[in-house]
Amino acid sequence: MALEAAITDVEQLKDRPELACLLAWKPDAVQGAKFDRNELSVYIERTFLREACNRLKNDPAFNYDSLADLTCVDWEPSDPRFEVIYHLFSTVTKKRLRLKVRLAGDDARVDSLTPVWPGADYFEREVFDLFGVRFQGHPNLKRILMPDNWEGHPLRKDYPVEGYR
Amino acid sequence: MSEMTPTPVLDAATDQTLVLNMGPQHPSTHGVLHLLLEVDGETIVRIMPDIGFLHTGIEKTCEAKFYQQVVPLTDRIDYLCPMTNNLAYCLAVEKLLGLEIPPRAQWLRVMLNELTRINSHLVWLGTHALDIGAMTVFLYCFREREEILRLFEMVSGQRMMTSYFRIGGIAIEPPLDFFDRVKRFITPFPERIDQYENLLTSNPIWVMRTKGIAYLSAEDAVALCATGPTLRASGIDVDLRRDNPYTGYENFKFNVPVSKDGDVYARYLVRVAELRESQKIVVQALEGIPDGPVKADAPKVVLPDREKMKTQMEALIYHFKIVTEGFTVPEGEVYMPIESPRGEMGYYVVSDGTAKPYRVHMRSPSFANLQSLRKMCEGRLIADVVAAIGSIDIVLGDCDR
Repeated sequence: MALEAAITDVEQLKDRPELACLLAWKPDAVQGAKFDRNELSVYIERTFLREACNRLKNDPAFNYDSLADLTCVDWEPSDPRFEVIYHLFSTVTKKRLRLKVRLAGDDARVDSLTPVWPGADYFEREVFDLFGVRFQGHPNLKRILMPDNWEGHPLRKDYPVEGYR
Repeated sequence: MSEMTPTPVLDAATDQTLVLNMGPQHPSTHGVLHLLLEVDGETIVRIMPDIGFLHTGIEKTCEAKFYQQVVPLTDRIDYLCPMTNNLAYCLAVEKLLGLEIPPRAQWLRVMLNELTRINSHLVWLGTHALDIGAMTVFLYCFREREEILRLFEMVSGQRMMTSYFRIGGIAIEPPLDFFDRVKRFITPFPERIDQYENLLTSNPIWVMRTKGIAYLSAEDAVALCATGPTLRASGIDVDLRRDNPYTGYENFKFNVPVSKDGDVYARYLVRVAELRESQKIVVQALEGIPDGPVKADAPKVVLPDREKMKTQMEALIYHFKIVTEGFTVPEGEVYMPIESPRGEMGYYVVSDGTAKPYRVHMRSPSFANLQSLRKMCEGRLIADVVAAIGSIDIVLGDCDR
């Protein structure tokens, strides 16, 4: 299978049902989209994230009832620095969708998704622990993998791989 | 490092209750799981898992390695199913590269993955029964597991940390009598499963300790992001091997066992049924394995055969280049979920176009499944916590990474 170029134009992708639904609901919520290697990613404006997830979860056409994965990528030194990545999964249609939220380095906070999927709890704690992204409304946002008195967030790109801190 | 302070993760809410530490050295926590139980008499009011004791920062280490050097790291995440982790990572990078894998390698991958599943489930069954007090099952399970480990040693030279899969195929063709030995092992295996079931399935003590214990409803299981047998035992019919087939699973016929009961006994039945299905898949793989190469034809990515390297100049050059500089991977990102014995094992790999991954994230099933422990245990008895942990089948290496 030869690689096809990624499609990043929202105009070309607007027929995809998930994207069409979000665009019909609030065009401002969608910052962009990408279709690459058979996976659709949608960039969401962070203030609309929880609402968008609620829609995708409760819309019977999509039924994204489970959060498969939640993680983050640090794109230092570019701005916005962080990308929080949500992989949605539907146990009914077995489809997947990737949502992304871009966050600035000095204001890395986004709404917690625990009210939508209680299972987001550990994933958000992990991202908070390793990247320092804060999830607003999380019931217990504490370190989960590192010791409680650890300083710094190890998966940030400015955190050294070797040597003393 | 600053002085470690014991962290009060949980304080008792009232004078009625007290906080009990279970683990991290407790034998039935399957590793180093630390549970804080707030108990009122024998009843659990709150339960809070405290994890991270095995955190080794594998995700960070991956960012400093070439793509092919990450493969041995993936074994060490979940030491009971090394091949599954190898496969998930290799599939993710192959998807990034757009690499086609020859059929023989795919079939071997399926066969070895199902053997890994059998291996993992046998350890689970043995230790789970041991936790609950049925000592004998452990010995029977480890008798079969030993043979699987010998098979792994035959193909890879290692019993546990196999690292047998490579990006673009598998390391080398298995030795000549490997398939005969797999056949000798797998043909009488259903009778062995009958032996375990004779010891447990209708054993009154086992049934009393497991039936109706640690109930998890279907809605809770989905909402708490449980996957794998934990989810299927609650009545949700999801199996990625069937629903999003990868590495040629679409060529195999198997059933997906589902139970609606949602208790420890249901999880036990689902996993035992999975053992039987895995046996069927291995038999099919043995019968239908095609001939051909076991590595993709991609000299810039796949290391050449030893013989070619000694006789052909180009092969030697490619070998040198791959080992010293790695290979570049086109920019992009991929999330590759596969069905591990514990649930959805997903690798999220981001490439920035260089020879080292920009980010590797492992979505590990134990980490996500552990969240359902609270729903299973609160309001129940302390003794049932042991049964509940065993039934989720967590591996702490997988959980903490």
